[in-house]
Amino acid sequence: MCVALPGKVVKINEKDAVVDFSGNLVTARMGLVNIKEGDYVLVHAGCILQKVSTEEALSLTELMEDVGGFS
Amino acid sequence: MNLEEIKQFLKEYDGPKMRIMEVCGSHTAAISKNGIRGMLSPNIKLLSGPGCPVCVTPTAYVDRLVELAMTPDTCVVTFGDMLRVPGSKTSLSESAGVGAKAVMVYSPMDIIAMAEKEPQTNFIFAAVGFETTTPVYALLLDEVIEKDLTNVKLLTALKTMPGVIDELCRNGAEMDGFLAPGHVAAVTGSDIFKPLAENYQIPFVVSGFEGTEILYALYELVKERGNGVVKNCYPKVVTAEGNEKAKKLVTQYFMPADATWRGMGSIPGTGLVLRPEYRNYDAGSLLLNEDNKKNKACCCDKILMGKMSPAECPLFAKVCKPLTPQGACMVSTEGSCHSAFASM
Amino acid sequence: MEERISMVHGSGGAATSELISAVFAKEFANDTLNQMEDSAVVVGSGKIAVTTDSFVVTPMCYPGGNIGRLCICGTVNDLLMRGAKPKYITCGFILQEGMEVSVLQEIVHAMAETAKEAGVTIVAGDTKVVTGAGECYINTTGVGFVPEERDVSAVKVQEGDVVIVSGNVGDHHAAILSSRMGITNHIESDNAPLGEIVEALFTAGVEVHTMRDVTRGGLATVLKELAQASGTTITLEEKALPVTPQVRDFCGLLGLDPLYMGNEGKLVAIVPAEQKERALEAMRSAKYGEGAVAIGTVTKEEPGKLYLVTGIGGLRNLEVLQGEGLPRIC
Repeated sequence: MCVALPGKVVKINEKDAVVDFSGNLVTARMGLVNIKEGDYVLVHAGCILQKVSTEEALSLTELMEDVGGFS
Repeated sequence: MNLEEIKQFLKEYDGPKMRIMEVCGSHTAAISKNGIRGMLSPNIKLLSGPGCPVCVTPTAYVDRLVELAMTPDTCVVTFGDMLRVPGSKTSLSESAGVGAKAVMVYSPMDIIAMAEKEPQTNFIFAAVGFETTTPVYALLLDEVIEKDLTNVKLLTALKTMPGVIDELCRNGAEMDGFLAPGHVAAVTGSDIFKPLAENYQIPFVVSGFEGTEILYALYELVKERGNGVVKNCYPKVVTAEGNEKAKKLVTQYFMPADATWRGMGSIPGTGLVLRPEYRNYDAGSLLLNEDNKKNKACCCDKILMGKMSPAECPLFAKVCKPLTPQGACMVSTEGSCHSAFASM
Repeated sequence: MEERISMVHGSGGAATSELISAVFAKEFANDTLNQMEDSAVVVGSGKIAVTTDSFVVTPMCYPGGNIGRLCICGTVNDLLMRGAKPKYITCGFILQEGMEVSVLQEIVHAMAETAKEAGVTIVAGDTKVVTGAGECYINTTGVGFVPEERDVSAVKVQEGDVVIVSGNVGDHHAAILSSRMGITNHIESDNAPLGEIVEALFTAGVEVHTMRDVTRGGLATVLKELAQASGTTITLEEKALPVTPQVRDFCGLLGLDPLYMGNEGKLVAIVPAEQKERALEAMRSAKYGEGAVAIGTVTKEEPGKLYLVTGIGGLRNLEVLQGEGLPRIC
C-alpha cells in the first residue's frame, strides 16, 4: 500500500533534505526523523519516514543464516 | 538457511494447509511482480487483504472528490492511482473530460507551491492512506498552518490497519498467518500487531518488499504456524516501537473514527479524521459513508475479506477488467483483482 | 514575423506564406518542397512501406529531444521495422493560437536535423491554427522502399528464435514523467532513428524474423502482441533486461514498471538462435544499438503467452499494458 524506497541524504536544507535514489534527486520533507547527510532514509510520498539503520541493516542473508535449520 | 533452501522449503512444504494473507497492497503487487505464487506448495495459499487505500474508499468519497473537482475555482490534487477509481457514477479522470480539475503529484507537499502561486483557487488534497501516509498529511498541515494558507484543505479517507485485521479475524476469514505491512510498521512499530497475534494465536511477520524478503517472511510464517507471535523481518526500517515523532504528530491533528470500507461497510475505530479544532482544513470528509456498488454482482467485499479469490467472482475478467473496473479491487495495480488479472 | 502564432497563420493567405518561408522552408528546403505545388511528385519503387502517426507530448521539449525529433523518429522507425529504407515524409501541423514562434522554430529545426540523420526527405507539409489547448500537434506520414528480398513480419516468429533488445528500456517515459513529477535526474529520452541498426542486421546477413520498435506500452506490450500474432510463447529473463539503475529507482519511487514504460529509440529483433551472436555484433556496431542484449527465447507450448522468469526464479505472466501506467504511491 505504501510505495517507499530507501535513498541517501545528500543535502540538508531548513525543512527539506535532498535524497538521492541512484541519481534521482527528490526533495523530501524532514520533521519525522533526525537525520544527517550521508544517512540512508526511507522516503514515502515526498517525506522522510524512517532512517534506514545501518546497524540494524542485518542483510537478509545474515538473518537467514541466524535462523539455523528447521525446527 | 540460504535462499535456495528457503525456496525449496516453500515449494515442497507438505504440512497442514496454510492460508496466509498479505494485507498490504504493495505486497500484493510485489508478490505478483516476482511470480511468488507459483513458487509455493499447493498447501500454502496467499490471499490479498484490504491494504490498497484507493481500493477501500467508498463511492461517496469519490463522488465528493468529483463534485469538488467540478466546483469553480477548485482543484483536486491527488496521487495517480486515485484518478481512475470509480465513484457511483464516474471517476476523476472521466470527469476531467467534462471540466473537472484534478492534478496528479508525487508528494502532498507539492500542494503548498500550487496554493501560493494561485491564491484564488482552492486546492483539495485527496488524503487517502494508511498509517504510512497519515504522517505526511500531518507535516503538510504543519506547513499550511505556519504559512497561514487558507486555500488548502484535505478530503480525508484515512484508514488504520489493526482494526480491520481484527474485523477479518472475527468474521471468520480463517487465516493461519499474516504477512504484516512493512511500511505501516515503520511508523506504528511491529508491536502494534501483538494483541492480534496473541488474541487469535496466529503469527504476524513484518516483511520488506523485495522478492527475497517476502520469501523469507513466508518461510517464517509457515514455521510459526499456530503461534501467536510477531516477528520483525524488516529490521532495517522497522522497530518494535516505530516512529514516536510521527505517531505524536498524527495524534496532534487526527483522532480515531469509524470508517467505511468499500464493500465491507462501516468498521468502528478503523479510520482517522481531523480533530474538531482543525476541521476548517476539512473539505467535507465526514459522513461520506454511502457505498453504492456500480455492479450488484461485484464481490470486492468478499475478496477483501479473504473469503473469495478474484477468479471466483462472476464478473472477474469478463465484464470486470482493468479498463472497465466494476469494483475498486480492479483499479489500482495493487488491487487484488488487478493483480490477479495481470498474472492470469 | 510575429512572436506568436495567430489564427491568421492558418488562413492560407499572406500570413501563412510568411510562416512557411520564415519557419518551415528555411529548415526543410529541398528540390521537391521548393516547388511549392499542391502535392509532391517523387520517384517510386517496387515494394513500398507506408505509415502514419500523430504526435502529442507534454512537455513538448524534454531532456534529450522535443516533439520535432520525436515525430521523425517515430515514423521512420515504423517504416524500418518492416525492413524498409525510409525515403519521404510529410508533416501536418496543428498549432494553437498564441504558441511562441521561437518554440516552433526549435521544433522545426529538430525535425530537419533528425530527417537528415535518418536519411529521409520532407516532401510535403500543411499547417492549421486552432484556438484551445495543445500548443502543437504534428502528424507525419512516411514512405519507405522495401528491398525485394526482405520479408519481415510478426507471423515469421517461430520456436527456437531469440529476442534481442537494442538497449536500455524506460528512458523516454521516465524523462517525460520526471519533469511532470518534479524529480530531478539525468535521464534523457532515447528518441533516435534506428536505421543504422536495421541496415547493420541486414548487411550482416541476419535472417530477421521480425522487428518492432518498443514505443508506447513498453517491452511487455510489444512482445505480448508478437506472441499473440505469431502463436508462440515468449519467455524473458528479468536478470537480462537492460534498465539503468537511475530508471529503475525512478520507477521504484513512483510504483512504475520499466517493462511497461515507453521508449522512442529502441527495437526488439527476433532472430534464429544460431544467428544470435552475429545479430548482437551487428547491432552493437551500429549507432544507438551499442547496448543490444539478448533477453529471451521463443517456444511454442502455450501460444500467445508472454512470461518473465523473475530475479528470484519465479514465473510472472505478462499482459499488455492496462490503462495509462499512472504513478501510484499507496
